[in-house]
Amino acid sequence: MEDHSELSDVERRVRALETVLTQKGYIDPPALDVLIDTYQTKVGPRNGARVVARAWVDPAFRERLMRDATAAIAELGYSGRQGEQMIAVANTPGRHNIVVCTLCSCYPWPVLGLPPVWYKSAPYRSRVVRDPRGVLAEFGVTLPASTEIRVWDSTAEVRYLVIPERPTGTEGLSEEALATLVTRDSMIGTGLA
Amino acid sequence: MPYVSHADIGGCSDFGPVVPEPEGTVFHAAWEPRVHAVTLALGATGSWNLDMARSARETLPDYLNLTYYEIWLSGLEKLLIGKRLVTPDELTAGCMQHAPAPVAQVLKADQVAAVLAKGAPTERAPAGPARFKPGQRVRTRATPAEHHTRLPGYARGKTGLIERVLGAHVFADSHARGLGEDPQWLYTVVFDAAELWGSEATPGHSVSFDAWQPYLEAA
Repeated sequence: MEDHSELSDVERRVRALETVLTQKGYIDPPALDVLIDTYQTKVGPRNGARVVARAWVDPAFRERLMRDATAAIAELGYSGRQGEQMIAVANTPGRHNIVVCTLCSCYPWPVLGLPPVWYKSAPYRSRVVRDPRGVLAEFGVTLPASTEIRVWDSTAEVRYLVIPERPTGTEGLSEEALATLVTRDSMIGTGLA
Repeated sequence: MPYVSHADIGGCSDFGPVVPEPEGTVFHAAWEPRVHAVTLALGATGSWNLDMARSARETLPDYLNLTYYEIWLSGLEKLLIGKRLVTPDELTAGCMQHAPAPVAQVLKADQVAAVLAKGAPTERAPAGPARFKPGQRVRTRATPAEHHTRLPGYARGKTGLIERVLGAHVFADSHARGLGEDPQWLYTVVFDAAELWGSEATPGHSVSFDAWQPYLEAA
């Protein structure tokens, strides 16, 4: 196996697995290429940013988003796997929302793409339900002591999208320009837009 | 053998600081997106359901020592071996050694977009009326489950308020055990942090989770 010495153990395992599954006809390699391309180039947090920006500029859309997020998000073309039933939770001056999945890694793929490593890791999952202000501080976010904090633990198949507050001083910006201000972390609740 | 989930870590506090990363960073090695894609493709064969896959992952004995996609890889190997679709000797050898067992369907490239767009909605027609209404006080089941469950340990035996009725959904506890979809009413239940964490809770902090009706009783 010296000619494979560049491969790590886990790389070898993945290659072995793919080879066996392909030989057995359980997977179609071109389908894997489409899946990989989809989650690397097509689905990501810019989708959610467009939803947030629309909610900032269009009060009627925001009303639909808060009432039936699944349908409102589908208006912009985002739907499907891991976003089958969506709920939007809006931050206000007195209330901040944070999303977690303490039991695994549930995350709204159609609007945010695949989750970052920290979202799936033990430090975030274990602590954010208990010490949200301490976790926010690690993201450089400090909220007024009077701000209420709600942590949403995604334990079932409902997926949550945080609608951050629109930054002040952005009154003249277009919807497209506003979308560039919306960070992934602000839509999880570990950042401010 | 008792059922042990190593994934139920909400409220535990000895895992160190959170390490934020830039927005574009999702994968850290070329094999990670491949494991993700293979997992999705095999899920589409219908050989197991999402709850069975979660159960396979959370019961890995070394769960807390593995990276995220190592968990997915090990979980997938475990499911495949459990369903006799592959054998350990094949994974060691890296080539087929036994005739394939039939699977219901194989995901093709031109089907991927439609399959992802369709997703797997879990809402079902309810078997009866919802037992609880928004504003009602409920208490969660206090005893640990001897099987896959989505009632987190930190929320066992706690009193909270029904905030929203989410419809009837495939019940993860039954679905993971191969007992069918067994749809049950699902609710958002909200707890004051003091109910969960006692005197260390900060004022104005609440935690909600989504609970199927069998997790709850009137309080």
